[in-house]
Amino acid sequence: MFDIVTTPISIDDVMNQVMHRNAGAVVTFIGTVREMTGEKQTLFLQYEAYESMAQSMLAKIGKKIRKQWPDTRVAIVHRIGRLEIGDIAVAIAVSSPHRQDAYEANRYAIEQIKKLVPIWKRENWKDGNIWVGNQEETVSLNDAGSVAK
Amino acid sequence: MIQILLFAHLKEQVGKSKLTLKEQSVSVAELKKQMMNDFKLQTKDVMVAINEEYATDSDVIHDGDTVAMIPPVSGG
Repeated sequence: MFDIVTTPISIDDVMNQVMHRNAGAVVTFIGTVREMTGEKQTLFLQYEAYESMAQSMLAKIGKKIRKQWPDTRVAIVHRIGRLEIGDIAVAIAVSSPHRQDAYEANRYAIEQIKKLVPIWKRENWKDGNIWVGNQEETVSLNDAGSVAK
Repeated sequence: MIQILLFAHLKEQVGKSKLTLKEQSVSVAELKKQMMNDFKLQTKDVMVAINEEYATDSDVIHDGDTVAMIPPVSGG
């Protein structure tokens, strides 16, 4: 399961995709919408995606994981559209016979998503909004389009 | 013809989600330059994908390709 969806994510469904009789460990990561970023209060988020490429990149990440950590199973779902505080933006489930691989592979998955998958979030505050430029938020993409640090 | 997809703040800046170029072939570096000239887009941190694969500045875009201008991503 490597999906981009517009409706609330069911964690059960995502986990069920990877559970099987020889899976001794299932590690699930859930990315949720957080209210405060430093002093800034987010009212809601909007996620946009290059959907077809994002979906195929999620599948590629899954393929890489199965190559690097054999015997793992992976499922990744990312939601786009408007999300409220506390909503689930992304769910990644990885199963493996033993827990070490599941932990490592799941970590790898989220780091790859944050680097490579063409999905963008726009933070909406009381007095404006911004397309987030990178996950450290050291690069912001303001309305003029210039890259400000 | 080359189709160029725009996203996030780039889409807002240009005012369109899609552009078409009449060129038959152009390098990624040349395309970035053109986008800067025509639309004043800042392309320094923008990644370019050709037919859904990331490309480098020296890669060439051909007639019929779909190109995407991908600003720094913030998914997850």
